Amino acid sequence: MNASMPIRHTQAESDLFDRYDKAKSSFAGSVAVTALREAAVDQIRDHGLPHRRVEEYKYTDLRAFLKAASPLSAAADLVAAKNLLAEQNSYGDLERHRIVVANGVYVAELSDSDALAAEGVKIQDLNDVLEGENGSQYLTAPKSGLSDGVLALNTAFVQGGVVLEVADGADVSKPVELVHIATSSGAQVTRNQVRVGAGARLRLLETFTGETGGGEINSVFDYHVADKAYLAATRLIVGKDEAARLFTSVTTIGAEAEFKSLGFMAGPRFARNQQFVNFTGENSEAKIYGVTMAGGDDLADQTLIVDHAVPHCNSREFFKTVLDGRAKGIYQGRINVAQHAQKTDGEMMTQALLLSEDAEMANKPELEIFADDVICAHGATSGQIDEDLLFYLRARGIPEAEAKTLLVLAFLSEAIEEYGEDDVTEGLEERVRDWLAGH
Amino acid sequence: MLEIKNLHARIAEDETEILRGVDLTVNAGEVHAIMGPNGSGKSTLSYVLAGKDDYEITEGEVLFNGENMLEMDPDERAAAGMFLAFQYPIEIPGVATMEFLKTAMNAQRKARGEDALSIPDFMRRVKAAAAHLNVSMDMLKRPLNVGFSGGEKKRAEILQMSLLEPKLCVLDETDSGLDIDALRVVSEGVNKLRAPDRAMVVITHYQRLLDHIVPDVVHVLSKGKIVKSGNKDLALELEKNGYADYVDTAA
Repeated sequence: MNASMPIRHTQAESDLFDRYDKAKSSFAGSVAVTALREAAVDQIRDHGLPHRRVEEYKYTDLRAFLKAASPLSAAADLVAAKNLLAEQNSYGDLERHRIVVANGVYVAELSDSDALAAEGVKIQDLNDVLEGENGSQYLTAPKSGLSDGVLALNTAFVQGGVVLEVADGADVSKPVELVHIATSSGAQVTRNQVRVGAGARLRLLETFTGETGGGEINSVFDYHVADKAYLAATRLIVGKDEAARLFTSVTTIGAEAEFKSLGFMAGPRFARNQQFVNFTGENSEAKIYGVTMAGGDDLADQTLIVDHAVPHCNSREFFKTVLDGRAKGIYQGRINVAQHAQKTDGEMMTQALLLSEDAEMANKPELEIFADDVICAHGATSGQIDEDLLFYLRARGIPEAEAKTLLVLAFLSEAIEEYGEDDVTEGLEERVRDWLAGH
Repeated sequence: MLEIKNLHARIAEDETEILRGVDLTVNAGEVHAIMGPNGSGKSTLSYVLAGKDDYEITEGEVLFNGENMLEMDPDERAAAGMFLAFQYPIEIPGVATMEFLKTAMNAQRKARGEDALSIPDFMRRVKAAAAHLNVSMDMLKRPLNVGFSGGEKKRAEILQMSLLEPKLCVLDETDSGLDIDALRVVSEGVNKLRAPDRAMVVITHYQRLLDHIVPDVVHVLSKGKIVKSGNKDLALELEKNGYADYVDTAA
């Protein structure tokens, strides 16, 4: 493709430029922030939305999927937000702190900021920091920069979010749930920064509730895990409406630190969960898990790049996908090992279970290794339910549907159990059952 | 209880005929042994009774308490009281043994219109049955059959059998892979389940199992047909002379 040729914009792209022109006067941010937004809009203008001829989006053609772009969501109705917050029950009775972002903007009134402050966790409204002297730092994610189309879309339209800082050494006693709520239709675009200080520990839960009426959800999380810190981030991507769900995390890991994440997707129409993990200190570990369920005409994409830029770090990537109907599952995983990143240990596995003849899985595990003293492995499998296992369960009186449910749960639970965080993941079994019963 | 009439079955995939006219009647309270050389169709018969769809019935019928069993799904047969103790019990990683037992027992109860077991009632039953069969709680905490030795797998099968309280028990080479001690434990477990309202079909290659589980009737299956029936002495005769006579008879 010749990049210098002006492209013919799609309806959705024209809608997006319109959207930007209408909304730009209301966006928060310093002059530098505005410049970043403008550059991001120009990138979309020059290259269009990411599409199948862009290698990273080969299987996930956002440009073809988005027929039109909705306006951004208006300010949230706080009463409705409060009701949705009470109704959403992703984690049952789990004791947790909550931070609420409604229609893209932080809502202090609904967030447990006092309790969090007592635990050493400081929360700031992203829109406040964007106005400040260093505002633009919060919109430039390390490494990935502007080249990723979904990230550019986020930078251009970001409505708000939070900056969450855990003080050095703080061990936050309860998981912190960052709840994104949609009280009305319209696109929701948020950016959140999470900084876990040296030696601190945080268990983060990310949930999204409410209907956007087809407006895309685009959330970027910028994680910084300082030396000897621990961050476990559990992300639930569910919802049945037509909205494209686009999630990006960029993680920077210091020395002797541990980062874990679980991306749990059950039944969204079109979703991409992309993660960029960067090791910057030695003797650290990253464990990335994905559990994906898709049926009907759904498309579910888990994309991951782990950069081993320094020696003596371990990473483990384990992804499980269950597909039914005509659904398309995508796993793209790459481990990069720089020349001096000796003694790297990377192990990547992706496994898919296809419940129908028409479902399709694209597995693309890649290793790019420039160091010579490393242990790296990858594997990919796709298969169907084992008829012998199914027969054994049925021969004991378990009806076919329930027997299949047991086997799907067994398949997915391998990744969920390895992730750990049992109190957090306990309720996920019910989510799998709901998906199996209702997709 | 079980009436098999002129049953013909073949492997669905390649149409190889395995059962070529089996006739067998088993009454409540009786224990029948089916012996025969390798390849005579013993395991096929057990799979056909349990409802594995790798096989196609081309002729004949199977009545279970007067009902056409061939039209029932495997889980319906189980709920009606059919139990197959597998020759090779399957390992199912990710399915906890206790969860599996509870699901199976309650699924059968539901199919019969009975209430689900309460957790304490379920636990009491499992503990009692496990104690008789030397099945440790540690085994029950593992995923189903995963990491079980051959003997443990067979004991787990008999544990399932005693918890599910079937009307018809089909034991497919339950003695294979067992040492003498394990064979005794398993046989005692089976004998405990002998009852006037329960029938058993014990499929075995060797006579030694029948020293422990003494049958009322012994049948010889060869080339897909029952070629001779008799009392338990027939098993002893087979042990002495081998199957050569019957293989020739059938040919």
